[in-house]
Amino acid sequence: MTTDVLNDQDSHESEHHDDHKMTGIKRWLYTTNHKDIGTLYLWFSFIMFLIGGALAMVIRAELFQPGLQIVEPDFFNQLTTMHGLIMVFGAIMPAFVGFANWMIPMMIGAPDMALPRMNNWSFWILPFAFAILLSSFFLEGGAPNFGWTFYAPLSTTYSNGSTAFFVFAIHIMGASSIMGAINIVVTIMNMRAPGMTYMKMPLFVWTFFITAYLLIAVMPILAGVVTMLLTDTYFGTSFFDAAGGGDPVLFQHIFWFFGHPEVYIMILPAFGIVSTIIPAFSRKPLFGYSSMVYATSSIALLSFIVWAHHMFTTGMPLFGELFFMYCTMLIAVPTGVKVFNWVATMWRGSLTFETPMMFSIAFVILFTIGGFSGLMLALTPVDFQYHDTYFVVAHFHYVLVTGSLFSIFAGAYYWLPKWTGHMYNETLGKWHFWCSLISVNLLFFPMHFLGLAGMPRRIPDYALQFADFNKWVSIGGFAFGLSQLIFLVVVIKCIRGGEKAPAKPWDGAEGLEWTVASPAPYHTFSTPPKID
Amino acid sequence: MSNSPEHDSEPEDQQTAVDSSRTKNNRVVKKLLLIVFGMFGFGFALVPLYDVFCDITGLNGKTNGVSVAYAADGIDTSRTITVQFITRTAKGIPWQFEPVVNEVKVHPGEVKFVKFYAKNESSRDIVGQAVPSVSPGIAAGYFQKIECFCFTQQPLKANEDVEMGLQFYIDLELPPEVTTLTLSYTLYDITDSVDSSS
Repeated sequence: MTTDVLNDQDSHESEHHDDHKMTGIKRWLYTTNHKDIGTLYLWFSFIMFLIGGALAMVIRAELFQPGLQIVEPDFFNQLTTMHGLIMVFGAIMPAFVGFANWMIPMMIGAPDMALPRMNNWSFWILPFAFAILLSSFFLEGGAPNFGWTFYAPLSTTYSNGSTAFFVFAIHIMGASSIMGAINIVVTIMNMRAPGMTYMKMPLFVWTFFITAYLLIAVMPILAGVVTMLLTDTYFGTSFFDAAGGGDPVLFQHIFWFFGHPEVYIMILPAFGIVSTIIPAFSRKPLFGYSSMVYATSSIALLSFIVWAHHMFTTGMPLFGELFFMYCTMLIAVPTGVKVFNWVATMWRGSLTFETPMMFSIAFVILFTIGGFSGLMLALTPVDFQYHDTYFVVAHFHYVLVTGSLFSIFAGAYYWLPKWTGHMYNETLGKWHFWCSLISVNLLFFPMHFLGLAGMPRRIPDYALQFADFNKWVSIGGFAFGLSQLIFLVVVIKCIRGGEKAPAKPWDGAEGLEWTVASPAPYHTFSTPPKID
Repeated sequence: MSNSPEHDSEPEDQQTAVDSSRTKNNRVVKKLLLIVFGMFGFGFALVPLYDVFCDITGLNGKTNGVSVAYAADGIDTSRTITVQFITRTAKGIPWQFEPVVNEVKVHPGEVKFVKFYAKNESSRDIVGQAVPSVSPGIAAGYFQKIECFCFTQQPLKANEDVEMGLQFYIDLELPPEVTTLTLSYTLYDITDSVDSSS
């Protein structure tokens, strides 16, 4: 009887909601549905990815051969700065928040996020932040040109007038991220289905839980440092101005105190996605679940005590250099645990190689390469040679593109059937994968050699001996950029139609999200499922 | 019929469930907001913390900002330290600014007096401010300035020039591995801030 009543109530409720589902633009503006907001985040990040990518194409076109061909040096600096800012804050981070919105409630058996109205707000302020940031391109003086790290005094004394636009854009993005993170934490703490203890949560949920805490801890630091920048530039304070008793090196300390956890904010969710996909296509449970949880937590904690490894060349005492070097190298231990667990999950599994799995395997290999170059950079004595060269560029593109971005692709292919109700086109998916894999290595691998040979980053022109490698890098860049259009086609085709997806299209997949129909109904788990 | 009381209480139960989940959510949100504001404050607290940290370790090469009295216990003639002087002018100050001698040899505990030359090469009056920095930073705390032009602002009329003095000594406790010190002065144009404050 009671169950009947509940079910009755349910159907009433869903009817009730469906009646009020708006149409057209209003549906998206007013929505508080986690699936709608997840979709908005994902599309927004894809658009930002294309914009940031277009800027990178101009950068690579300029660097195709030595000399100045296409852009002025000052505009080149604007391009590198905006490419970095858009990719970090506009593409990677919102994409992960999109995944969190779509998947976390379904994975923990919750009807929605805990704070749906705030969820709507945290998305809808993002487009304004990027409108402010991008509008500076069309203003006198141009866009920010001080690098995405906005070191003082480049962004204060020597700013081209874009600092205020930059600071307010960062403030809004930060507010959006903090709200999104609070929402994720509250949802995970309070809305898990009965019986789902913390150590029964999918690893995906765990990584987002830890990431959300990192965001809550460091985004306010970013807000603080850009505020200091703003008052230094426009209101005569001297936080970072030596003439007034400040210290520009202090800027780097505060910035990297935010900046290093930020790096893990962009990679921990990737770990979660890959840890979901590899077991599904190996048809084995994840090897070492609890060690994965502890490894993720220790990476997050260690991220707070390694910031100065970005600053070895600022003239640190020997003790500081050694401390930050050893702490940094310590991070390789939990990361190594993770890589080991992924490989051990695949070991003797019955593997199949659908596109999500291909991207995940590529992630494991290429992210590890990025990790190794990170270890090289962690060694203080050699960092003096690598600092500010293309070796650094190669390193962080391996972890962010073949790491974070590849995991986003893997996750998108994996859950597209759940989101759209259709299977994506596997042939096109494979094309996307192979084109991306080959071109991304052509794009970033030679950068290691360029860096070791001494080519500095953030320059529009270079010495002749770097010409050959740069040509290959640019060709790889154009090919990688074009390959992403295949992904766009796959997604659009998948939304419009295709083979009907069953509730659980991957036979090895685990998790509550596969117990609901495909496409996922507008409202899921109005009655919480029971977990044993 | 027997089910009817249960039936009636159903919506109320749900209402209380919604309320309790709301208070539960609010409690977590409040705690998280506390972290957010705490960390925002911590970002600003890093500024004085950094100053204290640098005072102790000499990390940022800052030397004493006000004059100190000579307080060394004799002269250690067994050690000779090379002190180098370098100068630079910040963007936008049209002054010539250089040390009269580029380096001196000094024993720890010995008082030295050196001069720096500055000339305003523009046709307007400018107030300058020199900011010192010592490298290696670990030695900064042992470099003691008894008298320095950097303690005060330096106004120069158009085309005026001046020789400015620096009197210093090096602490006897200077770490043994330090044999060379570099004292760097950067000269800033602070005319605007002086004008606005007067």
